[in-house]
Amino acid sequence: MKNKNAIFIPLKNSNLLCLSTFIFCAIFCSSSVFSQDKDVGSIHGNFQTDVQYYNVDTVIGAPIVPEKLLMNGFANIIYTKGNFNAGLRYESYMNALQGFDPGFKGNGIPFRYASYSLDGLDVTVGNFYEQFGTGLILRTYEERGLGYDNAFDGIRVKYSPLSGIYLKGIIGRQRLFFDYGPGIVRGIDGEIMLNELSEYFSEMKTRITVGASFVSKFQRDQDPIYNLPENVGSFGGRLNISRGKISLLSEYAYKINDPSAVNQYIYRHGEAMFLSASYSQKGLGIVIAAKRIDNMNFRSDRNATANNLNINFLPALTKQHVYNLAATLYPYATQFNGEMGIQGDLIYTIKKGTLLGGKYGTGLNINYSAVNNIHTVPLDDLNEKRIGYTSDFFTPGDEVFFRDFNVELTKKISKRIKMNLMYVNFVYNMEVVQGLGGKGTVYADVAIADISFKLSDKSSIRTELQSLTTKQDLGNWATGILEYTYSPSWFVAVMDQYNYGNTNPDQRIHYVTGSVGYTKKANRFMLTYGRQRAGIFCIGGVCRNVPASNGLTLTITSSF
Amino acid sequence: MKFLSIIFASLLFVLNPVLAQESKARKIPASELKTLDGKTFHTENFSNNGKPIFISFWATWCSPCKKELNAIAERYEEWQEQTGVKVIAISIDDARNTNKVGPYVNGRNWEFEVYLDTNQDFKRAMNVNNVPHSFLLNGNGEIVWQHNSYSDGDEIKIYELIKKLAAGEKIEE
Repeated sequence: MKNKNAIFIPLKNSNLLCLSTFIFCAIFCSSSVFSQDKDVGSIHGNFQTDVQYYNVDTVIGAPIVPEKLLMNGFANIIYTKGNFNAGLRYESYMNALQGFDPGFKGNGIPFRYASYSLDGLDVTVGNFYEQFGTGLILRTYEERGLGYDNAFDGIRVKYSPLSGIYLKGIIGRQRLFFDYGPGIVRGIDGEIMLNELSEYFSEMKTRITVGASFVSKFQRDQDPIYNLPENVGSFGGRLNISRGKISLLSEYAYKINDPSAVNQYIYRHGEAMFLSASYSQKGLGIVIAAKRIDNMNFRSDRNATANNLNINFLPALTKQHVYNLAATLYPYATQFNGEMGIQGDLIYTIKKGTLLGGKYGTGLNINYSAVNNIHTVPLDDLNEKRIGYTSDFFTPGDEVFFRDFNVELTKKISKRIKMNLMYVNFVYNMEVVQGLGGKGTVYADVAIADISFKLSDKSSIRTELQSLTTKQDLGNWATGILEYTYSPSWFVAVMDQYNYGNTNPDQRIHYVTGSVGYTKKANRFMLTYGRQRAGIFCIGGVCRNVPASNGLTLTITSSF
Repeated sequence: MKFLSIIFASLLFVLNPVLAQESKARKIPASELKTLDGKTFHTENFSNNGKPIFISFWATWCSPCKKELNAIAERYEEWQEQTGVKVIAISIDDARNTNKVGPYVNGRNWEFEVYLDTNQDFKRAMNVNNVPHSFLLNGNGEIVWQHNSYSDGDEIKIYELIKKLAAGEKIEE
């Protein structure tokens, strides 16, 4: 049967063949295994679906959804037998929910793999995720809630020839929705854990790990104007040292010239550096970290933008907020073309029985982060060499991208009452971070009280009161949440976000939602109805814009 | 459509002998984690001398996860004395926050075994959709119970199950 709607499995014919071969191999392998012994292995997996019905709501500017109902769905099925694994992920977007890239369309199996490990050798064929060091030059991963998936399709070999030495090699193309990016990515990584090398070193109190990697991508140059590098290499090195309560992490990466849509096709090299030191003992933790990024956008398609085909991972060096107003209005996102940042974090538990510690002890968390641009000197060579600019490695620029000072207190008041109090002060360069010209910089104060009352062993009530005050952007916001939980299965919640400070009186809107959730073991059902505010939804420093919407959402997650 | 049928047929074929087998409890799949001081750790090596193990997936940015583990931390001494249970906390924090995990764990006085699953390989192998997600293992290292999400008071239920396992009883639900 010829299927003209090729959205069905938009993997191409050759891939189709591969996939069938792969599945038959899997069967063949497993059936020959079955005949040998009684352990036939196990099949397990998980499932998630989000279905949303959209109401028309012009007041909040919700986009019209002609389908009225949209759905994202995923299922992973993994077969494991001893050292052998094979799995696939079926994905379905009919059509993708609002806020997801419309590239996700239709159904398919964009992820399937087989792997085995034996005597220190580990082989994966098909799709896989991989990370070298902290990911400065290579990291592929999946974040379903964001529609982020830059998985490789290819081959990975990991080998540990000696205790303490770990080698990896990968080659593959990256996932782009239901297709692949045009470039091929090759990478090797080696890591030595000194303390595992011999007994002499294992006795040492100082623990040392060194690692190095090399990654290169190939993409044909078909550009009519520029002479572009077809092979772009990058390398990175890292050194981690820890001794007792102190730990130091450092990583550096360099990339040769890689003109791309993101850097306006300049031929400058790229650099990234990450340093972090921490001290911790019972009841006290301190982390300080610094980062510099210069022209380090690295994708397997030089013309790609948005969250597509990233080879490396450059997370923001700022606190990942969890409370609604602090997390979704002004979240910072790494500026690939250049930024310098620092962060400090202090976690302290004030002892029980002291004045501030009270009967149960008090948790304190103070965090500060600051990010600026890098200092650059323009070269004015855009019609010749196109290097673009020079930049001194240690000099930050004058432009403030982001500031975040926050304090959080966690306090158990009595057996029944627990409280979290938080204050946040943001400086947020909206023009740069969100790319919205004319929006300027937002200065905002956020105050949060999160209080829970235990009614019985099983039931409790939690309330969140949040306020965000600012003279810029949309003005002041207040959020109230009331939640009732009955352990271990039920929760009911109501939330109102009120933009009471909007300069336009017609936009002083209440965004009210109600939710009910039911969890039984590894199955979870959740229904949400109401108005959802437009915002930026981030996980791990990668963000997507979610438009305002009004409607009913059903989410089911399950594992087996 | 032909393609889908192939897949389903194949799956059935693979599943068939597995399902025909008496339902045998699943063990922890092989995966690699890092300890807080950078050592590589293989998940096959989780052990607690025949006593139960509680595994919880969490992240420094996940409030309910931290609530769950802090609630358990308050009771952990008693739990261990009574049942010998071991609690293992798997952080799925990525490079943005991995260096905050150790200081957080120490800062909050957690006595658990803590591992880093930086690129979430173990999370995927365990079929975790989102955090918090927790698993209970009996003395033979078999997964006998799992739960997604956390509400205040869940720790009481969890402890009841741990006591049953420690007494060698089966969990039937």
